[in-house]
Amino acid sequence: MSRSRFWTALHRHRRRYLLGYAAALGSIGMAQLAPWILKAAVDGIQRGEGRLVAYAVGLGAVALLEAALSYVMRMQILGAALRIETEIRRELFQHLERMDPAFFHRWQTGDLMARAVNDLRAVQRFLGMGLMRAVHTAVMVVLSVAFMLHISTSLTLSTLPILLLIPGLFGILGREIRRRFEEVQAQFGRLSARAQENLSGIRVVKAFAREEAEGERFRQESEALSRANVRLSRIQGLLWPAVGFLLGGAAVLLLWIGGEEVIRGRISLGQLVQFSYYLARLSFPVIATGWVLSLWQQGRASMERLEEVFRIRPAIADPEDPVRLETVRGEIEFRDVWVSYDGRPVLRGIRLRIPAGSTVALVGPTGSGKSTLLNLIPRLLLPTSGQVLLDGVDLRRLPLRTVREAVGLVPQDPFLFSDTLRENIAYGADSGDGKRVVEAAQIAHLVQDVNAFPQGFETVVGEQGVTLSGGQRQRAALARALARNPRILILDDALSSVDAQTEEEILRALRPVLRSRTVLLVSHRISTLRDADRIVVLDGGRIVEQGTHEELLRRGGLFAELCEKQRLRQALETEEP
Amino acid sequence: MSGRLAEEELLDRPYDRHLLRRLLAYVRPYRATMTAALVLLVLASLLELVGPQLYRIAIDRALVPSLQRGTVDRGALSTLALLYLLVLAAGFGARWLQHYLMQTVAQRAMAKLRSDLFSHLQRLPLRFYDRNPVGRLVTRVTNDVETLNELFTSGLVAAFGDVLTLVGIMAAMLWLDVRLALVAFCVLPLVYGVTDRFRGQAREAYRAVRTQLARINAFLNEHIIGMPVVQLFTQEARALGRFDALNRDYLDASLRSLAALARFYPAMHFLGVLAVALLLWYGGGQVIRGVTTLGVLVAMIQYAERFFEPVRELADKFNLLQQAMASSERIFRLLDEPVTVEDPPNPVRLERVRGEIEFRDVWFAYGDAPAGGNGAGWALRGVSFCIAPGEHVALVGYTGAGKTSLCNLLLRFYDPQRGQVLLDGVDLRWMRQRELRRHVGLVFQDTFLFSGTIADNIRLFNSDISDAQVEATARLVGADRFIRQLPNGYQTEVGERGVRLSAGQRQLVALARALVYNPEVLVILDEATSSVDAETEELVQEALRGVLRSRTTLIIAHRLSTVQHVDRILVLHKGRIVEEGTHAQLLARGGIYAKLYRLQAHPIPEGILQRRGER
Repeated sequence: MSRSRFWTALHRHRRRYLLGYAAALGSIGMAQLAPWILKAAVDGIQRGEGRLVAYAVGLGAVALLEAALSYVMRMQILGAALRIETEIRRELFQHLERMDPAFFHRWQTGDLMARAVNDLRAVQRFLGMGLMRAVHTAVMVVLSVAFMLHISTSLTLSTLPILLLIPGLFGILGREIRRRFEEVQAQFGRLSARAQENLSGIRVVKAFAREEAEGERFRQESEALSRANVRLSRIQGLLWPAVGFLLGGAAVLLLWIGGEEVIRGRISLGQLVQFSYYLARLSFPVIATGWVLSLWQQGRASMERLEEVFRIRPAIADPEDPVRLETVRGEIEFRDVWVSYDGRPVLRGIRLRIPAGSTVALVGPTGSGKSTLLNLIPRLLLPTSGQVLLDGVDLRRLPLRTVREAVGLVPQDPFLFSDTLRENIAYGADSGDGKRVVEAAQIAHLVQDVNAFPQGFETVVGEQGVTLSGGQRQRAALARALARNPRILILDDALSSVDAQTEEEILRALRPVLRSRTVLLVSHRISTLRDADRIVVLDGGRIVEQGTHEELLRRGGLFAELCEKQRLRQALETEEP
Repeated sequence: MSGRLAEEELLDRPYDRHLLRRLLAYVRPYRATMTAALVLLVLASLLELVGPQLYRIAIDRALVPSLQRGTVDRGALSTLALLYLLVLAAGFGARWLQHYLMQTVAQRAMAKLRSDLFSHLQRLPLRFYDRNPVGRLVTRVTNDVETLNELFTSGLVAAFGDVLTLVGIMAAMLWLDVRLALVAFCVLPLVYGVTDRFRGQAREAYRAVRTQLARINAFLNEHIIGMPVVQLFTQEARALGRFDALNRDYLDASLRSLAALARFYPAMHFLGVLAVALLLWYGGGQVIRGVTTLGVLVAMIQYAERFFEPVRELADKFNLLQQAMASSERIFRLLDEPVTVEDPPNPVRLERVRGEIEFRDVWFAYGDAPAGGNGAGWALRGVSFCIAPGEHVALVGYTGAGKTSLCNLLLRFYDPQRGQVLLDGVDLRWMRQRELRRHVGLVFQDTFLFSGTIADNIRLFNSDISDAQVEATARLVGADRFIRQLPNGYQTEVGERGVRLSAGQRQLVALARALVYNPEVLVILDEATSSVDAETEELVQEALRGVLRSRTTLIIAHRLSTVQHVDRILVLHKGRIVEEGTHAQLLARGGIYAKLYRLQAHPIPEGILQRRGER
């Protein structure tokens, strides 16, 4: 079952494989023909009779055909494997696109990348080189041995066993090489870990003047690695000379025994040459058997690692029988919502109804559950128990697309793609509508910044937006959300890196846009929240206060305290020395 | 100033004389071994030439005469076979020994290069680390050096061996029969043409494959990290479309490189057979006419066939050489990175450190000095203050005030752009960094523990510090009790697989680490990022009270709860010292300190407030 995906892929490309194998058979046939011509030529020369041109042309023609067929074989089979690699990589990416955020927390990016690139290449190598060589080798060996037996049984029986020693050599030396190679890998891992640890803790190293001592510790690991490598090379260096020795040994036997056969007149000199050809052309297939085997082992392990990812089903997916909403009004309701991470509750029984078109601000200390609550709305997160409803319908019964197209979420630390600013702002918009982008950028107060860039909207932001300042990144993310024209806008402390005055101006520009939408707002600046229809105060995952700004201030509870802190912080920020 | 060490700038030249010379400097100490390896290589290549000659002798001297005479002469054949076997055995020995000697040299050279690289990294200033991610540096030290190793072992030397074999075969053929050899050499222009074409195609195709693979990697990396954004904006289809395009380009490049290979190997095989066919046609006639012998013809055919293996190998190695050169360029660029925070040529030696610290009009920025007068971009703007020996001073300020920068200057992780930092009246730049850091101990709140035992982490692998000293220091800071309760006491492994220490325990280890050198000045960096609970707070406070007494101490605090008992508090704001005095004085003043204090009043756990009240 686990390999079905790969067999399906093989099946899809069966024409290429069949054509490739047909060409392989043809090329092997030609390869078997050439020694016959050679034999005829040698015997002819020895007898002193000509027809040399015919032999030479025949040999050339056969070789040309063999080369052409071998080209077809490689292009078909190896090409099919490369195509399968691409197809499965596509499937994998499509699969990843369906995974929920929790999946990406659980799996390390590097691990997923390794599977999508390295493992897939191992699979490709097996499906290509492995499958090609497996068939080629088998047919080649069977045919060659048959012809060799035809020429001389005794010669075959005396030389072939030596060739068969080669896979044995690979088996024995291979095991030892693997063992020593693993030692090298392990030491390489220790060395990397040492470097990683040292360079991560370079401040400590420098603070305690341990540079030289650390250099010494590294040198020891480094030398251990070199020693392990030399130990490996002692055996590894044995392998190919030993193979050469065995092949040479077979040639010696051939000369010794075959020569006698020629002298005794059992075979002709031409047949001896022919035989030596078969023997020579067997060496590569014999060597390749071990290789094919290891390709198969690696390929199988890699397939399993890929399947491990493919098997995972996302926790957040489209319902089987979705409810269709004609238009989304934007009413949100939380019904006794609990969320726990690893059994630790983060939201405890949230009950909250947000009428369509109203603005609600969430306030609370760090870790009170604000972001968790907000992430429930676009279904980036599932409630552990309870329900979240959009326009009276449980989110779980709506298509993901409907929900997410209705919601524009701007997080505190937004993720931008390494693309132009225009592409980033237009990211979720239906079309690359130029006007929309500029409008959104205007509201987000980004236009002045953009104009200051040499390439304006065509400026490419660095990897994950690193070339922009924190505030610019946040404003770009706001523009990106606005360009989508969502019914529900969620600002999760989205302007924290923007200075107070700019934020004020952005809010003023936003006001007409927000009027017709449902808005959820988190901000560490109390001034931002003043205009909200309602302020909800969270603490420890519960709603502890709610009301308008004035009501809450009068109450003198947690909100009033947070306001006072905010005032102090603002004073510190603005005070000039 | 050089920018970040770019990853993707790959060299295309298969070799670069300047780089090669620097590399060769690393193998120069092993000249003798290298020479021996090269001699063995020549020997092995020569021995390879013997086989066909023995076949020639066997055919001409044993087989053909026997056939003609009709008598069986096993003696000659057996002698030849035995000789052949000896040659094979010698070749086997020579190749193996050559490989082993070469590896020994290459591995020693690589170990040296790795150590040099690492030592250089140790000396590079923190400014360098601000610009370069650790992961990339680790790759330089590990993978790039390993790639370079291939250059030595299977690259250059093997290529030399291949060239040697080629020349040897050609010489042997010419020696056997000039005319036959020249006939066989007719295919050489074709061999050259095909190989050259392949090299061109393969280089282009390999480069395209590498570039496209790098793009796929970058795209995957970005989209795996940013997948929630893709999903939120329902852009799955578009992202898949873009991935398809990348995938297609990669497939095209891969197919191009496959096509180059799929043409090259069969073509080389064909040319080999073509040479044999030519030899048969022309040489056959020569044998019949009695100009040459059958043995010569067979030997020639064998040589012609052996000719193509080194050609194939050489063409293959091109790619490897290219990669190795790119690696060595990256390595040497890193080695050339200047050490900007350096020890002076004639350092001032401090006999006895009293522990007086002075900042004199210090201006500091993390990047290059910002243009303009008192404008933005400076982390510290003209900071001046003095701390007397034995005095306890706290430095406080709002986030971004410049506290960490000040600490960085005091330990000379960075040099200020203007002004001076002095210890006992001596500019830090005039003394050796090593000595400075002996006398000024730093306690990080966010403790970095190395993998190793608790004792290792306190003495930082310095074997000059005895177990007794480690334990005495641990007792001094009150860490002894919890360490003894660990499964293996001081020998307990910490870190990922080992025991996980609590935040407070880690801080005590950090404190012991700083005090084990008995520094005259202690800098305590109480970073905002460390989440500290009441219990930890108490533990550390307790420990500090015991050890601070006679030492000059600078506490750089984000939490004001730790600073109220010091002699003097300096308030840093936006890169300047704005207030100075005792806790009570500053509170009464109602300035920045007072605001900071009120801002932090709430989160202080009640237990501590009460305890402080009692005192």
